[in-house]
Amino acid sequence: MTEGNTAAARPMLRTEGLGRSFGHHRALDAVDLQVESGECLAVFGPNGAGKTTLIKVLATIMRPSSGRVMVAGLDLRDSADSIRRRIGVVTHQTFLYDRLTAYENLEFYSRLYDVPGHRERIRDLIDRVGMTARLHDRVDTLSRGMQQRVTLARSVLHDPDILLLDEPEAALDRQAVATLWELLRSEAGRRRTVLLVTHNLERGLELCDRLVILDGGRIVHRSSRVAASFEELREAYAKTTERSA
Amino acid sequence: MDRRLVLRLGLVGLDLGLLIGGLYMVLVYVPTAKDMGVVQRIFYLHVPLAWVGFLAFFVVFVGSIMYLWRRGRHWDIIAHSSSEIGMVFITLMLVSGSIWAKAAWGAWWIWEPRLTSSLVLWLIYIAYILVRSLTPEVERGARFAAVVGVVGFVDVPIVVLAVTLWRTHHSSLIIFEGGVAPAMMATLMVCLVAFTILYALLLMQMAAIRRDEEELARLRVILR
Amino acid sequence: MKFWRSVLAIAYKDLLSEMRTRETISSVVVFALLVIVIFNFAFGGNTEQMRLVAPGILWVTFAFAGVLSLTRAFIPEKEEGCLDGLMVAPIGRDAIYVGKMLSSLVFMLVVEAIALPVFTLLFNLDVFSPELVVVTLLATVGFVAVGTLFSALAVNTRAREMVLPILFLPVVVPVMIAAVSAFELALAGESWGAMSSWLQIIGAFDVVFLVVSYLVFGYVIEQ
Repeated sequence: MTEGNTAAARPMLRTEGLGRSFGHHRALDAVDLQVESGECLAVFGPNGAGKTTLIKVLATIMRPSSGRVMVAGLDLRDSADSIRRRIGVVTHQTFLYDRLTAYENLEFYSRLYDVPGHRERIRDLIDRVGMTARLHDRVDTLSRGMQQRVTLARSVLHDPDILLLDEPEAALDRQAVATLWELLRSEAGRRRTVLLVTHNLERGLELCDRLVILDGGRIVHRSSRVAASFEELREAYAKTTERSA
Repeated sequence: MDRRLVLRLGLVGLDLGLLIGGLYMVLVYVPTAKDMGVVQRIFYLHVPLAWVGFLAFFVVFVGSIMYLWRRGRHWDIIAHSSSEIGMVFITLMLVSGSIWAKAAWGAWWIWEPRLTSSLVLWLIYIAYILVRSLTPEVERGARFAAVVGVVGFVDVPIVVLAVTLWRTHHSSLIIFEGGVAPAMMATLMVCLVAFTILYALLLMQMAAIRRDEEELARLRVILR
Repeated sequence: MKFWRSVLAIAYKDLLSEMRTRETISSVVVFALLVIVIFNFAFGGNTEQMRLVAPGILWVTFAFAGVLSLTRAFIPEKEEGCLDGLMVAPIGRDAIYVGKMLSSLVFMLVVEAIALPVFTLLFNLDVFSPELVVVTLLATVGFVAVGTLFSALAVNTRAREMVLPILFLPVVVPVMIAAVSAFELALAGESWGAMSSWLQIIGAFDVVFLVVSYLVFGYVIEQ
């Protein structure tokens, strides 16, 4: 990789020999990944493949056992806080506090992320996810789908360059899914860099530029969307589920 | 013969000698203390047990700090092993202290500074051991135990200070009348050294066993 | 500055959340009052005897109430991965510690502010001297300094209601001893000078454990 070039030349996300073990169990093993700025990388894999672990390490929730992780050119070990400023995370957990209203939750996160003009920003995002009517309702009065829509707003409050999505469709209703794909574009209209972990082969293929299949902590298949046919992909994927059966 | 084995056997031999010698000194050699009679001899057991109990926790402390900082498995193994040995020694110390209290003062327990501090240390040991076993993930359990090891050890001097101040405030429990005769000091020293070496041997042994167990488990996973 | 803004944001969030239901504070207050009343019965109501054991009763009450309140400190963070949400934010693990500690401190002080007058009434003792308020404040800081750390730990174990007291109570023994002794002295009419060594112990405990917990907290919440 050429150093010192423009940001466009540098991969937004890069892992080198990334490993993460829990005792003797290797959840991630020598994972080499690269996601260019504006790209969407889909990560497929059976249960237990290490997909969630991968997201957690990239999101700085977990420390790697070995290897290097570079986000926006910054090393995870030294610049964790700077990295956190630039990533947004969506998992099947909402990160929302039940007893607070949607607005209070978003205001809280705005404070943590130092979002300028947060009142307008919150209103704007809530409008885009279609939750304006329920903005001042307690989160525990909202349906699961509505909570996830508020979560989407939360994840892009600070206009992150990078989005880490861990099976986002699991709890989203159709409208929310549409909104999600809309939010993959930043405020300035650029495409955000996205790492998408999903079970949904079709949808993943639709959105991604490249894909990898993770199995037993290792990358067992790589291709670009253009090159991969759905059948080919399904075959490769089936091989993994066979192995782990 | 392997040099380390020779060293180990040498230490075992030395320790055996010291323990037997110490036993002789405690039972036969040292003169009976003035006011307390024969049971006072438990003191020569009691103090070294306390010493090792606290020393073991210091080792837990060092192991815990190093484990949190460096994450090397051997640090956790040392801390874990030391905690188990220390726990046994402190338990024995509390039991011997209780026997002594009964014989000397007629009560099964007295809130004397040393005993009280050791009781608190015993409780902290229990917390250390329990936290490890009650955490579902093994690696996290080791990290949690290390946190308890650090916090617990830092607490010990403050506990001793508070308890001592408390007891001098509330009652004057004088443990020793008069000075300590040279024969008594010698006996105490022998027992102290004997127990310390015993601790070191036990620690080395337990750590080695744990290390081998972990190695075995690691190999099993690879071979699967 | 950024650090303090995050800390206050977290503390405010906790307080706001608590104000919605007042669950924690009300149950802890009720618990504290019950404990005081039960101790009253346990000691037979002999006024002289009561005066002697009053400081002990009060601090046992505060210790148990503290355990109850601290156990709940990290439960909301466990739901819906909120703790992950905090860890993903650019605020540093230490801000999470200080923020949660501040909100626990406020909760405990509120409980104590309610329990103390009740205690004064039931035991016919005046516990409102400035000395005792300072002792209570300092001791509570010690409780939450260690308690917040252990609460974050306990919430990740299998028997969280059991683990917190097992960790917390032995470690705060010095604070208990010092607080009770200081109260005894104050109720006997002594002033600052006599209590100074006890205050020093609590003060030393506070400083040491604020620093140690602050340093070690990251290791506890990391996954």
